[in-house]
Amino acid sequence: MASAYGYFPGCSLKGTGVAYEESLLELFRLLDLPLAELQDWNCCGATSYMSIDESSAFQLSARNLALAHKASHADLLAPCSACYLVLRKAQDYMQKYPQVAREMDPWGNGNLRVLNQIRVRHPLEVLFTDVGPDRLRQKVVRRWHGGNVACYYGCQMVRPYAEADRDHDPVRMDELLEAVGVPTVDWSLKTKCCGGSLTGTAHPVGVRLNYILLKEAARKGAQAIVTVCPLCQYNLDAYQSEIRRDTGQRFDMPILYFTQILGWALGGGYKSLGFRRAVAGRKTIAQWFAPARTEKEAYV
Amino acid sequence: MSDPHGAVRIGVYTCHCGTNIAATVDVKALAQFAATLPHVVLSRDYKYMCSDPGQELIRQDIRDHDLNRIVVASCSPHLHEHTFRTALKVGGLNPYYFHMVNIREQASWVHVDKAQATRKAQDLVCAAVRRVAFHQPLERGRVAIHPDVLVLGGGIAGIHAALTLANAGKHVFLVEKEPTIGGHMAKFDKTFPTLDCAACILTPKMSAVRSHPNITLWTYSEVTRVDGYVGNYKATVLRHPRYVDEDLCAGCLECLDACVYKQAKVPDEFNMRLSKRKPIYIPFPQAVPQVPVIDPETCIQFKSGKCKKTCIEACGDRHAINLHAEPEIEEIEVGTVILATGFQTFDAARIPYYGYGKYPNVYTALEVERLVNASGPTGGEVILRDGRKPQTVAIVHCVGSRDENTHRWCSRVCCMYSLKLAHLIKEHTGAEIFNFYIDMRTPGKGFEEFYQKLLNERVHFIRGRVAEVTDWELDPSEEGKLVIRAEDTLAGFVRRIPVDMVVLATGLEPRADAPEVRRIFNISCASEGFFLERHPKLAPVNTFTDGIFLAGCCQGPKDIPDTVAQAGAAAAEALALIDAGYVETEPNTAHVEEAVCCGCKTCISMCPYRAISFVNEIHKSRVNEVLCKGCGTCVAACPSGAVRQHLFEDDEIFAEIEGVLSNA
Repeated sequence: MASAYGYFPGCSLKGTGVAYEESLLELFRLLDLPLAELQDWNCCGATSYMSIDESSAFQLSARNLALAHKASHADLLAPCSACYLVLRKAQDYMQKYPQVAREMDPWGNGNLRVLNQIRVRHPLEVLFTDVGPDRLRQKVVRRWHGGNVACYYGCQMVRPYAEADRDHDPVRMDELLEAVGVPTVDWSLKTKCCGGSLTGTAHPVGVRLNYILLKEAARKGAQAIVTVCPLCQYNLDAYQSEIRRDTGQRFDMPILYFTQILGWALGGGYKSLGFRRAVAGRKTIAQWFAPARTEKEAYV
Repeated sequence: MSDPHGAVRIGVYTCHCGTNIAATVDVKALAQFAATLPHVVLSRDYKYMCSDPGQELIRQDIRDHDLNRIVVASCSPHLHEHTFRTALKVGGLNPYYFHMVNIREQASWVHVDKAQATRKAQDLVCAAVRRVAFHQPLERGRVAIHPDVLVLGGGIAGIHAALTLANAGKHVFLVEKEPTIGGHMAKFDKTFPTLDCAACILTPKMSAVRSHPNITLWTYSEVTRVDGYVGNYKATVLRHPRYVDEDLCAGCLECLDACVYKQAKVPDEFNMRLSKRKPIYIPFPQAVPQVPVIDPETCIQFKSGKCKKTCIEACGDRHAINLHAEPEIEEIEVGTVILATGFQTFDAARIPYYGYGKYPNVYTALEVERLVNASGPTGGEVILRDGRKPQTVAIVHCVGSRDENTHRWCSRVCCMYSLKLAHLIKEHTGAEIFNFYIDMRTPGKGFEEFYQKLLNERVHFIRGRVAEVTDWELDPSEEGKLVIRAEDTLAGFVRRIPVDMVVLATGLEPRADAPEVRRIFNISCASEGFFLERHPKLAPVNTFTDGIFLAGCCQGPKDIPDTVAQAGAAAAEALALIDAGYVETEPNTAHVEEAVCCGCKTCISMCPYRAISFVNEIHKSRVNEVLCKGCGTCVAACPSGAVRQHLFEDDEIFAEIEGVLSNA
């Protein structure tokens, strides 16, 4: 068996995005892929740090990378798109700009090159490349009886580093979900802004961006949106009642993690995949995923 | 120092170049310093050495002072080496008893400290004086020029060059890859800014090519190999079988009607796949030659061998159709070559956020050229794929141009062809048209006036690169439309404009097979992949390979007037060589000391000009002095020191090094 993937949860997966962590761990368990959480990890440096003090952000990243090196992880998984981006950016910038490298290692006694050898990876890309749609298809134990979903990738996972998927028209989540029998809709807003932290700082703007995504997904016939990022998930999930109040439009649309759906298809538990943590669309979620009370569960 | 050269008598001339040199280098001090160097009989400084009186100084001094070596310290040898060598020749000396020192580009222009610049100039002069003492008399060679010309590419560039040469009485081989000549221009409807019909001005020239006694036209053919050198090229041309004999076919096209395919089923390449053709087809009505071609990929007979072969029946007694035709190889000898291989348009699908290939109503400009063309897939009607007539149209400029992510260059023609298409679409449909541009680039005769005309036609111009073409709608007015999102950088906000049709003004890029052509003809390219001219200003149609010239968009994006002008220039350059009858070759070539050569062939693999061959009988390398460019790579590479080079002999180089170091 291959050595364990390093796993960098970041703050979200321990907080608002705990369903992401739960489903990720469950899915990797079902696939026999070992995950080892990075010991003593710290803040990734994204968002607030990055916009106020870049060098602090990079220093924080450098420490996390150094911990991964110390633990001999060849791969470091960052499920949160913001963590993923800042770690990749730190690697990229230390290589491109000597000034950044100096700031990351002010003592000049570290070997920054080893930090670049760690492959920072998003779980979507890991599942696509290391497992692949074909193997997932073979492992399916539950037949899909839910509706259409819209795969939503957000911006940070694919830009500027189009390594996890294509930068403007990503497809890998669609391909993985299709492989386990989930119908996806084609829509044009796969990488449009979810509102990011604007929901906190310029609330009406952030919520409007959310609204646009929900509306377009619904128009294209999706009954749920599937995400790869805890911030996207949170934004889309948390403000639906507010949107209903402001616009009169009721979506009540489940906002799920791709790991939840894949985990469900592979036989994961309702509770261990974190479904009960959803805010919006609870009824739909229950219909689609809750264990059937009577026997006759749709086992393949 | 003992004197190994007999009575070497050197004259040194320091040029002021007005103040170009004199302002930064102390020319008087330099001249005085030169006078102290060994074998220097005479040292002068003069305001303009390249002027007639300056040259006369040299000529007079050779006679009066019995000089037999000359050093001129002035500008770059690129500019005036030839001038001074000629002065030596007129003065009665072998022109290679000369060495030029560049104290302008390499001293005065690049330094500010006068003392140090003067010091550097002294070192350089010292090196030249030491070296020139070892110079030997050399003679230039002559190579006869074969009068025939190969023109590669039958677009407007190749057609114009071929006709110019043929009209001057030269025999031209015009080789075209496609089944017809005409190139991209044949696909256009009108041309900017005059709006004259492209076919009306192109097809007479195409017919002239066909009927010209001095032109051998080979379509559906490619050059696979070229050997030789200026004046004496041997080219191998592969002629693909079109399965219809050009000599026997009368061009009646009855075979097309007779084809067992009653309906055309194959996407028509000439119409940008907007219509269908049959497996036996003629690309367009005025194609030259007017001979059908059979596409073996789709012809039933080729695929299954079970066709009724009604085309052969229809051809009857002419027997022009031969389904067993084989590729033919032609070997030709030519003296000069004109490359006019053209361009390809940028693949719009490379920019996913413009939706080409995803939304059916997003078109490329070349597709719209076919739509507005009376002989196009819709008979000249601008209609969408679902048959609707567009009421609003967006034209997106700079698709694949001026973009760090795709191509950085400006494709030069897109602004103007976008204006033309805007005019034509408006004329055909009355649609409201939005142009999204970064900058309007209309620098040409009548171009700006054409732009003004379009403004008066109430076509909208929005300054801002389009962010995306999308189908997501914000309100019901956008339903069923494509939405253009772009920052209007003049108004300062983001616009959403719903339209029925999007036209992507795709840029021009090097053809995918350009590297293959470069390899065959041994020419180079600039970083973006277009063929490299010898000098961007002073030798714009020459290449670094003598006798090979460039015309049209293979050298860089350009419009039809510039292409034709360049094609004429390339033809004139070829004619100049042909009519001179010979070329002189520089004597600074490499040569192999056969007694020392061990036959290891190292030099052969190193030579970038394929100038060295191996003589099997004596197991030695031999340099073809006509092909050799004097780069010296083989000289440095030879492990046994058997390769030597005129003007760069070891004793000359070592003397030069000693000279530059001796002025301590």
